[in-house]
Amino acid sequence: MKIIVLIKQVPDTSEDRHLDSATGLLDRSSTEGVIDEVNERGLEVALQYKDSHKGTEVVALSMGPQGTSQALRKALSMGADAAIHLLDVNLSGGDAAWTSKALSAALKTTAFDLVVAGNESTDGRGGAVPAMVAERLSLPLLGSISAVDIHSTSVTGQREVESGTLSVRASLPAVITVTERSPEARFPNFKGMLTAKRKPVKTLSLADLSLDPSERSAAARSVVVSVAARPARQAGKKIFDSGTAGVELAEFLAAGRLL
Amino acid sequence: MSNILVLVELSTAGNISRSAGELLSLASTLGTPVAVLATPHVAPGIVTELGSLGAQHVFLGQTETEPMLLLTPQVEALWQAVQKFRPSAVLASSTIDGREAAARLVARTEGVLLANAVAVRFDGERIVATNSVFGGSYSVESTAEGGLPIITVQSGVLEGRAPEVAAHVTVHHLTLNPEGSGVVEGSTAVVASSRPDLRTAGKVVSGGRGMGSKENFALVEELADVLDAAVGASRAAVDAGYVAQSSQVGQTGVSVTPELYIALGISGAIQHRAGMQTAKTIVAINSDEDAPIFDVADFGIVGDVFAVVPQLISAIRSRSQGSS
Repeated sequence: MKIIVLIKQVPDTSEDRHLDSATGLLDRSSTEGVIDEVNERGLEVALQYKDSHKGTEVVALSMGPQGTSQALRKALSMGADAAIHLLDVNLSGGDAAWTSKALSAALKTTAFDLVVAGNESTDGRGGAVPAMVAERLSLPLLGSISAVDIHSTSVTGQREVESGTLSVRASLPAVITVTERSPEARFPNFKGMLTAKRKPVKTLSLADLSLDPSERSAAARSVVVSVAARPARQAGKKIFDSGTAGVELAEFLAAGRLL
Repeated sequence: MSNILVLVELSTAGNISRSAGELLSLASTLGTPVAVLATPHVAPGIVTELGSLGAQHVFLGQTETEPMLLLTPQVEALWQAVQKFRPSAVLASSTIDGREAAARLVARTEGVLLANAVAVRFDGERIVATNSVFGGSYSVESTAEGGLPIITVQSGVLEGRAPEVAAHVTVHHLTLNPEGSGVVEGSTAVVASSRPDLRTAGKVVSGGRGMGSKENFALVEELADVLDAAVGASRAAVDAGYVAQSSQVGQTGVSVTPELYIALGISGAIQHRAGMQTAKTIVAINSDEDAPIFDVADFGIVGDVFAVVPQLISAIRSRSQGSS
């Protein structure tokens, strides 16, 4: 079994995150990049399968600028066997469709049984790229699942939608995306960190994928028209309860026609 | 007027989802609304209902009953409808189903995804979608160049209703390949709550770790019921097991934009604020006067939740009795 885990490096959600006001692109200089938490959970799903099935190979795949290699190193130290870094100046600032095209091309360079991604990133929150990858590769997609169970020829899970929970199944090879309900990821241990240095990281450029940068400019694409930072919210009235705060709050709500 | 396709989602019980009305209303401001859905069973009245929500046309992709394929019928129905109606945009709800169907349609049509729109308008010939980024810290407008705009729309942010019409119907039998698709093997419907839906509620009362226990969390629910509000929670309260994860408000939970948001015993970590700071009025009650939630609160009370909230509840009750 070979499992490829898609990893996205994102700005840490515990810090202030910024956009470049001219381009609308992420301002990467303002925050530390980390592996998106849901991707760590996806990696955990793959590693748990590997723990109980000898001979399983887990590969972390990420597209991103130079610094993305740190995220891949962490994935290796957690237990992934190898990593692929999709790195090319012509990938920078690409929209979801272009990103999915490059990732699909990278996946075509290698054989695999299962692709595991996160259901949505904490920065873009589009929840779209894995579904696009599945469609481009004509593979079944089980999106937003938890309780993932990987079998030798199929994968199952529980998909919680607005109106209920679905039990879903797909034959392998397939693409799945996991949610926050998946188990929390393990921490890298000392041995993992030592061995990570010796594990292979392959870097792929667009040329390696036979993708022509001119395809991007010719392709349909999303274009940012304007970027506006909202003014930060101002703190309002703050009182210390001296025994009547509940009544005062009721008056505040009534005055605002909120009762 | 150009056609605007709307993906209509059906619940596991076969009912039209609430988002359909919002999307058809938005579509009617942009062009001629065309409702697209896929189902094995054409329930009587479904076309009339979609017409009453503003759909001029209903494109009904009919599938076999078995196997029940996961979203593949919806994507195929949209794909067929794109070819038939040559729309200038496609709208889907920003739900799990809507986002995946939209993404797959983008790949199939080589179109352009405009994700999580809170507003959509025409600017001359081009369509412009507004997206709220980083929990409302930025507002970004985008357009599509060189391809069909396929737009996922946040629910609960749009108002208005399209005029009622008598819809034309096209029934199209979908030919599907089960090989490349996930399969639905079973489903359980969510137990309907008598409380308002968190995503679209006008008022939300949320509790955090400061509630202390699952038993104490009942106070959050009691205040919510007095206010006819939805119940929310911080991630800390969810992780502590006080309440189900579906109630989580924040970066990785639900984003809400209610008229009133009341935070009880929530410190207000940046990830929580990312899901609620666009609320119109924010009230916070917390015993820690330095809690960051007070930085975004219009009315903050430093005090004991278990003293202030019961007093608030009785004050609200006596007001409503006084006025009736």
